[in-house]
Amino acid sequence: MKPAPFRIERPRTIADAVALLASGGDGAKVMAGGQSLGPMLNLRLATPDLIVDLSGIDALRSMREEAGHMVYGALVTHADVEDGRAPDVGANILRRVAGGIAYRAVRNRGTMGGSLSHADPAADWVNALSVLGAEVEIAGPAGTRRLAMGAFLAGALATALEPGEILVSVRVPKVPATARFGYVKHCRKVGEFAHAIGAVLIDPTTGTGRALMGAIDAPPLVFADAATLFGGQIDAGFATRFDASAADAALAAAGMADAVDRHVHVEVLRRAATQAASLFTDTRSAA
Amino acid sequence: MSEPRSHEGVGARLPRKEDDRLMRGRGQFIADIRMAGMQDVAFVRSPLAHARIRAIHVPDDLKGRVFTAADLDGVKPIRAVSGLPGFKVSEQPVLATGKVRQVGELIAMCVADTRAEAEDMAARVELDLEELPALHDMLDARKPGAALVHEHWGDNVFLESLVNINIEAAFDAPVKISRTISTARQCMAPIEGRGTVVHFDHRSDQLVVHTASQMPHIVRSGLSECLGLEEGQIRIISPDVGGGFGYKAILLSEDVCLGWLTRKIGRPVRWLEDRREHLTASANCREHHYEITLYAERDGTLRGIDCEASVDSGAYSAYPFSACLEAAQVASILPGPYDFPAYRCRTWSVATNKCPILPYRGVARTGVCFALEVALDALAAELGLAPEVVRLKNLVRPEQMPFDNITNKHFDSGNYPEALRQALDAIKADAVRTRQLAGEPDGRRIGLGLSIYCEQAAHGTSVYSGWGIPMVPGHEQAGARLTPDGGLELRIGAHSHGQGLETTLAQVAHEILGMPVARTRLVHGDTAMTPYSTGSWGSRVMVMAGGAVATACTELSERIRRIGAHMLQARPEDVRLEAGRVIGPSGDVTIQQVAHTWYRRPQDLPADVDPHGLEVTAGYKPVRDSGTFSYAAHAVVVAVDPDLGEVEILDYAIVEDGGTLVNPMVVDGQIIGGLAQGIGTALYEEMAFDASGQPLASTLADYLLPGAPEVPMPFIGHMETPSPYTKFGVKGIGEGGAIAPPAAIANAINDALRPLGAEMLRSPVTPRRIVEQVLAVRAGERSAA
Repeated sequence: MKPAPFRIERPRTIADAVALLASGGDGAKVMAGGQSLGPMLNLRLATPDLIVDLSGIDALRSMREEAGHMVYGALVTHADVEDGRAPDVGANILRRVAGGIAYRAVRNRGTMGGSLSHADPAADWVNALSVLGAEVEIAGPAGTRRLAMGAFLAGALATALEPGEILVSVRVPKVPATARFGYVKHCRKVGEFAHAIGAVLIDPTTGTGRALMGAIDAPPLVFADAATLFGGQIDAGFATRFDASAADAALAAAGMADAVDRHVHVEVLRRAATQAASLFTDTRSAA
Repeated sequence: MSEPRSHEGVGARLPRKEDDRLMRGRGQFIADIRMAGMQDVAFVRSPLAHARIRAIHVPDDLKGRVFTAADLDGVKPIRAVSGLPGFKVSEQPVLATGKVRQVGELIAMCVADTRAEAEDMAARVELDLEELPALHDMLDARKPGAALVHEHWGDNVFLESLVNINIEAAFDAPVKISRTISTARQCMAPIEGRGTVVHFDHRSDQLVVHTASQMPHIVRSGLSECLGLEEGQIRIISPDVGGGFGYKAILLSEDVCLGWLTRKIGRPVRWLEDRREHLTASANCREHHYEITLYAERDGTLRGIDCEASVDSGAYSAYPFSACLEAAQVASILPGPYDFPAYRCRTWSVATNKCPILPYRGVARTGVCFALEVALDALAAELGLAPEVVRLKNLVRPEQMPFDNITNKHFDSGNYPEALRQALDAIKADAVRTRQLAGEPDGRRIGLGLSIYCEQAAHGTSVYSGWGIPMVPGHEQAGARLTPDGGLELRIGAHSHGQGLETTLAQVAHEILGMPVARTRLVHGDTAMTPYSTGSWGSRVMVMAGGAVATACTELSERIRRIGAHMLQARPEDVRLEAGRVIGPSGDVTIQQVAHTWYRRPQDLPADVDPHGLEVTAGYKPVRDSGTFSYAAHAVVVAVDPDLGEVEILDYAIVEDGGTLVNPMVVDGQIIGGLAQGIGTALYEEMAFDASGQPLASTLADYLLPGAPEVPMPFIGHMETPSPYTKFGVKGIGEGGAIAPPAAIANAINDALRPLGAEMLRSPVTPRRIVEQVLAVRAGERSAA
């Protein structure tokens, strides 16, 4: 399990990285933390001629706050978020997700941008950032552009990145204090990639919510208006009205033929809703 | 528990000497070995499960650095025969000839300065293969008209066996239950894979093979047979070994290939197995299928057991244990620790287009324990009895010891019902059942599971001679030598690969000689420096090498005493050896003084002194070599989530009896490690294959092993019923921890799910399998309603 020969470059600027990538064409691959690409190289599932290692580009580690958003550089690691070095978008939202990604050794090196660019449907950031309504900022030969997660994720292990383009940062909307985030994943063991992910972001004060079913061998199924899952209305009692048949029908329509798989995904989503609802209860009892 | 007689002797919870280097990262494993000019090897392996080889195209520029079977002049295939009647012999060419019979079979060997370059070369070798129908299912492989793994056999059965002891007498029993029960194919997955570094030493005219092995002397015999070298021309060195579990008790084709290669190219050569090779090409084990029927009275008394068992033996018979290692044992050990009057078991060792099945901790016992104990719970449920009630009705009783069971297994000692009762107490069975009735606030379901087994260990000549495989254990030998400064060197031919023998054998020596453990060194893992041994397998080393060390040290103590008596100017019968000193009527001398006199001042000894000196090699066999019977009762509480199939182990209790324990802390370690592997068998580990015989797990992301969060710290209770046949009364316990957990955990899951109508009869019990069953029962109820 040794990689096939490749050339590796470690540029210092985004512009140099873009230029290198463009010069490499289809034979070039970007490496951030290397937690997915490394094993793929060793297994010779990926045999690039050129690897552009982004780890020397300090600009990609930056974080900033913008109106209503946090912007994370692509090289922010899962551990940065888990440990609180990267400010969260709300009370224990991203931090909770980060702490559940794989194992600590992976979290130390794995990056938010790398995970999104790899676009594994079972990856936590792919799903959590989708339900949170994040956008990605992309730099390429033609300049920069911004895409919503739904437009960025093109398929299982596929993104809208064009040759020569690099994901440089992730813009995540801040979560209002009135909202609650439920995130549940189903794994056979700690650290394993999820077999099902359910997530909801619910704000009964505005009657709005988003929901997601992920790890479905395709980009996540996002409900931009989660009300359809809760009898058409989002209020304090939303979780008790969870409509399993609506979620099941959505999965069936998305092509998930296996009834056992659908049952598990629906159940995981139901638990994410229940978890979010319980967070409201916890706040009340604390107050 | 017996009190240790001294703080370092038999019974002492002594920290392991070897951990000082192992825990500091100072162990020396195969991959740590460097030799000048060493070349790395990568293999071209079959991408297909079954295919005829039309051609192998080696690019011209790689000629002389890539070798195929056509190059291997003088190399014989690996032949692991069994003397059991009807056994069909497979010849395993070390590089494929004619056809390939499993994915990963070796086809060509590529040599380069680095492994990466060798892999680059391997990728350029082109194979012209004609794909043949592949057998991936042992039950299909048994059917008439199936494709043939070995054409000249006419079928795909290595060996069929039948035991029938009056089964007809059970047919009128009032209760009969039948189940189909199976265990998945697994991989042993020691942290360190296989690896071999070979060079030819012209000074000693020896092929020197460093290889991670549990049995250096057996590897030497096997290599000698395949390479046509005298055994004296081969030296096997097994350095630190990062876990064996049976996988390192096998002669691999790779070992033979490298033995040939180093002489061909005149340089040291190395092959280090990577995890993908390990998973897909070699390290396969378990995979049993049972059709089992229990006959019983309504009070739970067993009237008889009738069983048909198949084991997927894979494509070849592995050296030295052979392809019937598992199935041939199933028929004799299925009865477990139970006493009942009628029994029939038919077994098949089936050839398929998969890796040869290799021994793995618990060999065959994990499968039979799973089949019998899961079936017993089904019987208990049928009868409306608690699972312990059925077991206590049938377990062999202490007053029956020693006991010959229905297949003539000779149980040396023990109190099985007591172990079960203690396990029930430790798990607080009554409280668990009360909680179970109350239900869980989170909707999960609680279950309590039991299993009990016996582990025949250290069985010797009388058992293995009838089997007719390439090795039969006889007397075990050990060397004991005082050094001139009064330290002790022990020599054994078995190997320690995590068991702590450097400590425990020193404890045995301390028990006899009073030698401080810190001054005792174990020399092992080198055929040039140790007496012959079949090695470390079958939970045999503490009994066999321990007994041999004790015997050698006893003889050595006599010699020390006689020299000491002379030094004390006393008659030999008037002195005794105690706590490292020879004590006479009017004074004493230390062992160090005795050694100094023998080696450095022989002029002080009389002319008629015993010339044999202070170095002894002694042989040992237990009084009876039919094996020690250690055993344990496991009890586990799980919480099962019926909608997601997730299983959490809430509590785990083990009460085991390993006879006299030399070092209870080491025994605890063995049990905990075995439990981790048993949890893997129960819930996680499965090497699946698709219909074309392709293995579906090539990394540890797909082949799931339990990690630290999945393995609870168990309660461990020790009973110590000495074996009447062995030195100190010790019994072998190395494998037991891995035998009972799959059955106990599956029984706990079934206990939890029984009210829902689901029953899990296949390991691993995965979330998917649980949810499938739960949903199927719900659907059935809906359509019935």
